[in-house]
Amino acid sequence: MKARAFAYVRPRTLEEAHAAFAAADGDASFISGGQSLVPALAMRLQAPQVLVDLAGVDALRGVHLDGDVLRIGALTRHADALTDPLIRRHAPLLAAAAPFVAHPAIRNRGTLGGSVALADPASEFPAMMLAMGAEMEISGDAGLRRVPADEYFLDLYQTAIEPGEILVALHVPAAGPHACCAFDEMARRRGDYAMVGGGLMAERDGDALRAVRIALFSVGPTPVRARGAEAALEGRAPDADTIAAAQRALDGDIDPMDDAEVPAAMRRHLARVLLGRLIRKLEADQ
Amino acid sequence: MNAPLAFDRPGRPSPEGAEHAPASGRHVGAPLPRPNAKRLLAGRGAYVSDLKLPRMLHAAFVRAPFAHARIVRIGLDAARAAPGVVLVATGEDLAKLCTPWVGTLDHFKGMKSAPQLPLPLERVTWSGQAVVAVVAESRAAAEDAAELVEVGYEELPVLADLDTALAPDAPRIAPGFADNICFRSVVETGEVDDAFAAAAHVVEADMAFGRHTGVTLEPRALIADFDASERRLTVHHATQTPFQFQDLYARHYGLPEARVRVVAPDVGGSFGIKLHVYHEDMAVIGLSMLAGRPVKYVADRLEAFVSDIHARDHRVRARAALDANGRLIAIAAEDETAIGPFSTYPRTSAVEGNQVIRLIGAPYRLDAYRGDLKVVFQNKTQTSQYRAVGHPIACAVTEHLMDRAAARLGLDPFDIRARNLIPDDAYPCASATGYRFEKLSHEACLARLKGLMDYDRLRAEQAELRARGVHRGIGIAAFVEITNPTPAFYGVGGARISAQDGAVIAITPSGEVRCTISVTEQGQGTEAIIGQIVADYLGVPQEVVRVITGDTETTPHGGATWACRGAGIGGETALQAAKKLKANVLKVAAAILQAQPGDLDLVDGQVVAASGGAARLSLAEVARIAFFRSDTLPPGTDAQLTVAHHFAPSGYPFAFTNGIHGCHVEVDAETGLVKILRHFVVEDCGRIINPLLVDEQVRGGVVQGLGAAFFEECRYDGNGQLLNGSLADYLVPMACEMPDIAIAHMETPTKDTELGAKGCGEAGTAAASAAALNAVNDALAPLGAVLTQIPMTPARILTALGAF
Amino acid sequence: MTVPAPGLVPLTLTVNGDEVARMVPPRTTLADFLRAELELTATHVGCEMGACGACLVLLDGVPVHACLVFAVQAEGQKVETVEGLVARGALARLQAAFHERNALQCGFCTPGMLVNAYALLERGDVPDREEIRDALSGNYCRCTGYEAIVDAIETAARAAQEESVG
Repeated sequence: MKARAFAYVRPRTLEEAHAAFAAADGDASFISGGQSLVPALAMRLQAPQVLVDLAGVDALRGVHLDGDVLRIGALTRHADALTDPLIRRHAPLLAAAAPFVAHPAIRNRGTLGGSVALADPASEFPAMMLAMGAEMEISGDAGLRRVPADEYFLDLYQTAIEPGEILVALHVPAAGPHACCAFDEMARRRGDYAMVGGGLMAERDGDALRAVRIALFSVGPTPVRARGAEAALEGRAPDADTIAAAQRALDGDIDPMDDAEVPAAMRRHLARVLLGRLIRKLEADQ
Repeated sequence: MNAPLAFDRPGRPSPEGAEHAPASGRHVGAPLPRPNAKRLLAGRGAYVSDLKLPRMLHAAFVRAPFAHARIVRIGLDAARAAPGVVLVATGEDLAKLCTPWVGTLDHFKGMKSAPQLPLPLERVTWSGQAVVAVVAESRAAAEDAAELVEVGYEELPVLADLDTALAPDAPRIAPGFADNICFRSVVETGEVDDAFAAAAHVVEADMAFGRHTGVTLEPRALIADFDASERRLTVHHATQTPFQFQDLYARHYGLPEARVRVVAPDVGGSFGIKLHVYHEDMAVIGLSMLAGRPVKYVADRLEAFVSDIHARDHRVRARAALDANGRLIAIAAEDETAIGPFSTYPRTSAVEGNQVIRLIGAPYRLDAYRGDLKVVFQNKTQTSQYRAVGHPIACAVTEHLMDRAAARLGLDPFDIRARNLIPDDAYPCASATGYRFEKLSHEACLARLKGLMDYDRLRAEQAELRARGVHRGIGIAAFVEITNPTPAFYGVGGARISAQDGAVIAITPSGEVRCTISVTEQGQGTEAIIGQIVADYLGVPQEVVRVITGDTETTPHGGATWACRGAGIGGETALQAAKKLKANVLKVAAAILQAQPGDLDLVDGQVVAASGGAARLSLAEVARIAFFRSDTLPPGTDAQLTVAHHFAPSGYPFAFTNGIHGCHVEVDAETGLVKILRHFVVEDCGRIINPLLVDEQVRGGVVQGLGAAFFEECRYDGNGQLLNGSLADYLVPMACEMPDIAIAHMETPTKDTELGAKGCGEAGTAAASAAALNAVNDALAPLGAVLTQIPMTPARILTALGAF
Repeated sequence: MTVPAPGLVPLTLTVNGDEVARMVPPRTTLADFLRAELELTATHVGCEMGACGACLVLLDGVPVHACLVFAVQAEGQKVETVEGLVARGALARLQAAFHERNALQCGFCTPGMLVNAYALLERGDVPDREEIRDALSGNYCRCTGYEAIVDAIETAARAAQEESVG
């Protein structure tokens, strides 16, 4: 299990990184934390001619608050989502999801940008971008552009990032004073990819929830907004009837894949259970 | 640690980290840490995968993408021309050097299996089979070249499940075979049909067990180093059984046995995985001969999943007959087990099933029994012995039936077992399947488990939580374990696998002790317990005893480590050798002291007066005189300060052990996820040499059993492709999901040896999955769901609950 | 920018306190580099995909899988392996507790366990058993069943705290 030979470059700027990719005629891969890419290379599932290491590109670093938006540099490590005070305060859903992501040593190395760029449909962080209504800042030929999460996930491992483009930062609307959130997932072992998982963001308005956003993962080829369930909850107090209505609505939101370990019908069932638990978690935290 | 210890939760070591220094004669039975563990804790382990030899080359293999296919073409030119490549070899190349092998044993009547070679000549018979070997200057270069090998295949029909293989018109696994059954065996005692006809109650179950594999953390590894000048072969091999491989390499490669040396240094886990013949491993011997240089092969994790033996792939239909009082009268079981495309060499793929049908019902009194075994070929990875061979299946079948019977009769699980376990005063006796039991302690273990679990409290808590919608379950499972096998296991079947062990113990010129012994170490503590035994029975502190294992050139021939024989057989060998040596030491000392040997004793490295214990002479002084001043000894003194001893058990064919497990779980009925709250074991392995090591053997074994119960399963598709052959997809038990495990012991020594020890390495695995199955079913009982399949995945639990 | 050649590239990093400079193929993982090039074989390779934890090392002070880092990515960084931690006495309490409790059998997972345990104990408090198990959630051990390892880490944490208090 040794990777095929490749050349390695470590650019200092986005321009250099793009140039390195172009020079390889597109036969290149960007690497940041590498926690998903390195095994793929070791198993020779991918074999680029050139590996472009983004670790030296300062433009991808740092976490700071810019007005009411939190800019999280793509190279921010998973572990930072647990410890960074700005993330904990302004993007609490990320902090809530972080302990469920793989294992401590993976979190020490894996990056938020890498995870969101890969867009594994069973991963926690990409789905949380959807739940938080984040925007992805992408660097390409035409300079920088931003893509809202709702337009970012296109298909299995396909995002709005075009070949040669680089995810620069995640722009997360800072959680307001009435914001509340919950994260949960059902995995067979700690750190495994979940059978079903999801995050919920909302604003409290008295007993009612408003601006509800729910994103689920491991329920299809991409992370999925549960718009039907959101609508069932919107403006209502999450009592038992409302929760049941949201769970019913969820069926129309997802079209899960079928596999022997977790059949599609089971995923639907688990997603309903998960939704109920997310709302109850929200209430318990009140 | 100087107070008596409760091994549920050993106390912290004394703050100053005081060394254990029990008096001489106090080693056996004491919870002494392993001397050789310090090296591993310092990062000084020396595993085969760490080893580098001068001019060493690396092997990689081109593997079959199909489960069954004819090889129509092999193109090697591009691979041979690749950078760093020294050698590319096919099945034909190696068949010129290596004779074929057949995985049958003579005492398994009617058994059949096709001959095997290191690499195939015409057909591949499982997906992942090695087809072409590439040897290069680095593993990466070998893998690069392996990608360039072109193999053309013509696909053939695949046997990927039992029903397909058992169909009358099924394609045959090998040309000329009448059917796809490797081995068939029926055990029958008493009037089974009459017993069922007369029974007040009959309970039955169709059960299924997931195929799993060993997943040793260090994968299989070896370096073959053939020196053509002397026709001498040295193999550094991560194995449990160096002597077995010395014999096999010598015979199949036509080398004199004395010129084949197998060295097993630190081995990163074994569990029965590293004592079978693997095609790549056999190939590497030939590759070294062809290359004239050392060749290293370390299976990577993906290779391990498709080439390490698999095990435990069974489906069992079983029935039990009981009278109106809940007394078990008869059991009938049909076991169909799916193996690979041939029977594994040299221990076969039939032993597991054979033990299943002979261990079912073993803890209980039975009037009648019928076990019917079919061992069935498949186009899948080969199967063979893995820790607790057959035990978990037999135990789960038996104990599931017992719980079904208890439910039918309205009895508590403890109650029905108390009515049926073989009474502790009934020994010696035999099982319905013909196993002869010297002495077991089922009743005492059952009673002890009830206390250990605080069973009545758990039941009360369960009732209370059920009212609140929390589903906890309690399961118990009794077992009998096979240990200390005599030649009845393999020798009678014609396999050159020794049931005896040998030890050589020597006093060094400084009065220290060197013990070389044929049993081997893979972390279970073999060297530690041998050191303890030698220390006590010779009369020296353990610190001066150096134990050396794992090298055919320096240790006497023996069976080594498998089937729980290290302590019982290896330990007795060391004990008898130590006693012999002590007698010799005292003879020399008596000559020096002009005393009678019978008036002297050796205690803590000092020759003392047998009565009173007054110090007379140090062992070091005896050694000094014997080695350097023999001129001062009286004429005719026979100073034999090195002794050899061989021992094979000759009483009962096996030293059976027994015990019982309890498992406490909480089932999330909405998600099908199970939290294992605690696990309990009471076991009886006879005399305990080192309770610290015994308990950790049991704990590790329990977790392997719980892995089987909840996680581990090699899943195949209909084309014989393994779907989850990586450590990300094949779920092994990890720290967060595993419980703390409470352990208690009964001690019923075997009288077949002076030491009295039996094995303990499989006691944990034997019954853990059965107890877990019963616990989950206990939790689900009020919800009307029953599981009869392991692993108990969320999908299976939710399906049983009708949740989706 | 031209396409770089896939040959050897220079690498300079600090390993166990010593500066190391080598020419390496970019495809060599840090695990293989440490083991084969520097002969630091305490770092084990169990799965080459970050699923077993046998290859954990400290990279700039935090545990990472050496099989999931190419050696060239560690340019200019500080790597510490079990050999280095042992040499500077940083593992003494853990080693003693693991030994006393028999918290290892074959020893192949042990270096990874020690690296993770070291990082956990660096926090300075006594983690509870759930926290210890969580910290080890990616470390596979086939031999022990984990309980002894959890016990040993708990013991070492207590010993460290008692020492710092007392």
